[in-house]
Amino acid sequence: MSVTVKTFTSSSEAAAALSSDRSARYLGGGTLVMRALNEGDISISTVVRANDQALSRIDASGPRITLGAGVTFARILAERDLAFLHAPARSIGGPAVRNMGTVGGNLFAPSPYGDFTVALLALDATVAVQGGFGARDIPIEEFLQSRERQAGTLVLSVSCTRPASADAFRYRKVARIKPKGGSVITLAAHLPISGGRIAGARIALGSMAPTQIRARAAERALEGRSLDAPSIAAAASAASEGTSPSDNALGSAWYRREIVGVHLRRLLSGQE
Amino acid sequence: MSKTPLQFRHNGRDVAIFVDGGTNLLVALRELIGDMTPKFGCGQGGCGTCSVLVDGELHLSCLTLAETVAGRSVETLDSLKQGPNLHPLQRAFADNFAAQCGYCTPGMLMAAKALLDRNPQPSRAEIVEAISGNICRCTGYEPIINAILAASGGRASA
Amino acid sequence: MLELRKDIFADERDDNLKEIGKGTQRQDMLGHVTGTSTYFGDHKLQGMLHLKVVRSSHAHARLRRIDTSDAERSQGVRRVIRGADVPRNLNTLLSLINFGKDDEPSLAVDKVRYNGEPIVAIVADSEREAFEAIAKVRIDYEPLPTVFDVEDALKPGAPVVNETYPKNTFTYHDVYDHQKLRFGDADAALATADHVLEQRYQMSPIEHAPTETNGAIAAPDTNGRYVVYTSTQALFFSVDTCAKILDVPSNTFHFIGGTVGGGFGGKVDTLTEPLAILGAMLTGRPVRYVFGREEEMQYGPPRGAERIYIKDGVMRDGRIVARKIRAYFDSGAYTRLSSYAAVKCAAHLPGPYTIPNVYGDVYCIFTNRTPATAMRGFGVTAMDFAIECQMDKLAHLVGMDPMEFRILNAYRDGDMKAHRREAKNTALIECVQVAAEKAKWPIREEFRRASSRKDGGGSRAAIPPTPTESRARPAAPTQQRTTYDRLPPTVTREPPPPTPPPPSPRPAAPSHGATRFSSVFGTRRR
Repeated sequence: MSVTVKTFTSSSEAAAALSSDRSARYLGGGTLVMRALNEGDISISTVVRANDQALSRIDASGPRITLGAGVTFARILAERDLAFLHAPARSIGGPAVRNMGTVGGNLFAPSPYGDFTVALLALDATVAVQGGFGARDIPIEEFLQSRERQAGTLVLSVSCTRPASADAFRYRKVARIKPKGGSVITLAAHLPISGGRIAGARIALGSMAPTQIRARAAERALEGRSLDAPSIAAAASAASEGTSPSDNALGSAWYRREIVGVHLRRLLSGQE
Repeated sequence: MSKTPLQFRHNGRDVAIFVDGGTNLLVALRELIGDMTPKFGCGQGGCGTCSVLVDGELHLSCLTLAETVAGRSVETLDSLKQGPNLHPLQRAFADNFAAQCGYCTPGMLMAAKALLDRNPQPSRAEIVEAISGNICRCTGYEPIINAILAASGGRASA
Repeated sequence: MLELRKDIFADERDDNLKEIGKGTQRQDMLGHVTGTSTYFGDHKLQGMLHLKVVRSSHAHARLRRIDTSDAERSQGVRRVIRGADVPRNLNTLLSLINFGKDDEPSLAVDKVRYNGEPIVAIVADSEREAFEAIAKVRIDYEPLPTVFDVEDALKPGAPVVNETYPKNTFTYHDVYDHQKLRFGDADAALATADHVLEQRYQMSPIEHAPTETNGAIAAPDTNGRYVVYTSTQALFFSVDTCAKILDVPSNTFHFIGGTVGGGFGGKVDTLTEPLAILGAMLTGRPVRYVFGREEEMQYGPPRGAERIYIKDGVMRDGRIVARKIRAYFDSGAYTRLSSYAAVKCAAHLPGPYTIPNVYGDVYCIFTNRTPATAMRGFGVTAMDFAIECQMDKLAHLVGMDPMEFRILNAYRDGDMKAHRREAKNTALIECVQVAAEKAKWPIREEFRRASSRKDGGGSRAAIPPTPTESRARPAAPTQQRTTYDRLPPTVTREPPPPTPPPPSPRPAAPSHGATRFSSVFGTRRR
């Protein structure tokens, strides 16, 4: 049995095809689905595509930005209005992968991949999906927790509010190989400051659990406080709380737990 | 088994083939068109040996569903040589000993070409970034970086 | 650029040489930069079939039942190959030089000994159809106790990994379970040394990760022979290995190789050629068997892991008086080339130093890990890492500069090495001096003046009195056997005679490899 490719002009038709066939996968940039086919994943027998222009739209003019699921990392890097997302976009792959890989696909990339999603999780993004029964918006955290069950839905776009200042959003990918390498840990922090105090801290971690997660204990340690040495130290020491990293070729679970606080401290204190 | 007709521009020449569902561009180029210059290294996006240019952009042919290049232009290493003359990048790779086993070389050259087409005089750091998706296990990266610098008229460092 | 230090090696090279010491373009460079160098996978043959193997999901298990009936009926499948189809389904690579016993099947029959061991091969019209058929092969495993640590493998009661070697150690000269080096009386010297330092070193397996994965294409030729395009680094070795496994004369094959997409030692094991050829014999069609990237990384042989214990005696003035080494090479489940690595390692002791009392025990151990193989200096690399770490620690212990400490203990021309060969053309002292100079690392005048050509030999050329050990060694410990080993292994692992007829008459007594690697046996003459 060979693979069947179904190409649609609208995302709703593609979503319908996707939800009605358990062996169907949506092909975005190809970096996940083609990889699976190359390695002999026979659970995929239908590949669904959509040529819908809406999927590759970028709306970055206002305070809330929207990225179509098919937007590539190279396009984000070419967009001056998306400067706050350049660091996460640049941290992915080499140039070829950035020319191919998409925002929507990154939501499904298993650990140690999915770095861009770490940034989106810290930014409290909303994921717009189209299922068999219509479109709806899902908070990214909820989306990630139910990711296994999202295979039959089509992601249309991701949106988030632009951080108030460049300093309010920070991102760091820890890799063994520079400039390109799989993530040992990926960290992103959104720290809105109101009257000198942090209000609504969100810290997201990649490679510290089966999916990207929030470091809630570290967020609590920062909430309502100013970003200074004592609060940073408190957040760093709480960084590994609630995490469940695993061993892989890039690092052991033990190592990840040991260093996550160190890197969170560096991120928050602006050290290289 | 149904096959899908596919037309695209291959190194400046129009080609028409029939592909099986799920066929990647690397297999289409090598087995259906007979252009053996792009190589299979990993099938995962980790090594860059299969790199080609799609409409001038660096892509991994092993992760590209062949039918997505319909109507587009695909360039491989086979397009670089101008008649009997080597492209400046090819000449620079040879002069700087930037190939040992030669297996990563087609992908390296395409990554280098993608860079120089957009940025004719890149910095060393930009070159490192441009080939960061391409793995070489033999020569080490220094001769390759020096070759690209040399091809762009830059000064190679020891 | 190459720098010839005529001040140090005045007599070493003739100034009239035209090529040596000068840059020369590679003859294959034009092919490389134009993408026209031909690798094995660049051959496109009419009607080519694809071979994929079913790999063990257990590190150690008895194979109770292998059911391929659904796979045989799967779409696009041309042939399912099992162990019984392999003419001589037991081999060891160095049997070609009469070194070691046949211990590894091409396809596992009764038992699997490492995770990922091939059990069944599927030949299909496309890779996809081969993958689909693989999913339909049912294997009933009876998991057996596993051992993954070299020292655990030597403990009484440890699971027997490979019944060919029931003590989990390679057998040298039909008797010895390890390589032994004895030079002087290390224990006596340790007892009188000012300091004794014992340390444990360890190196993990290392994957070669060539950009081109292992693979081969075999095709029936019109003259009854088979053309084989292969990624092998060892073409003639591979020809003979295939001739042995497939039980045909080696002139049955026309091997074509040469351009290898990165090897580093990882393409000497002849992993893909025998099955590709057998597939071509059984189907009459060209067959390609190429590793996927995951197969290459997970199941391709790595540089083997090593564990090394070094115990040194050193005097306050910095002289090392005794070095005692115990080293364990993790061969994985089968021998491949680790037996030879251990020989090389023993020959390398105690490193490039003149130490009057040396004691070495080097083991080649079987565990339930991926079989290890050659990789760039294997047998020596990890040992040198350990020795040089130890040298730094010893220098620190006696309060000496590490560069000067090495010069003090370096071997010199005329010294007797621990394996009883005179040291010639030594240059460690000069290398350390130049390294210090380049690194602007200050060393004292007397060490700057030291020379490999001076102060060697004399009393340093003597072979010291060496106590002999009693040869009372225990027989193979029976407690290391598992319940499974009650089955006579020779009966179960010798498959029935092959079905494919050899395409040309066999010689009366096929002799596979009359050559010997003299270095394996230590009989090389200079």
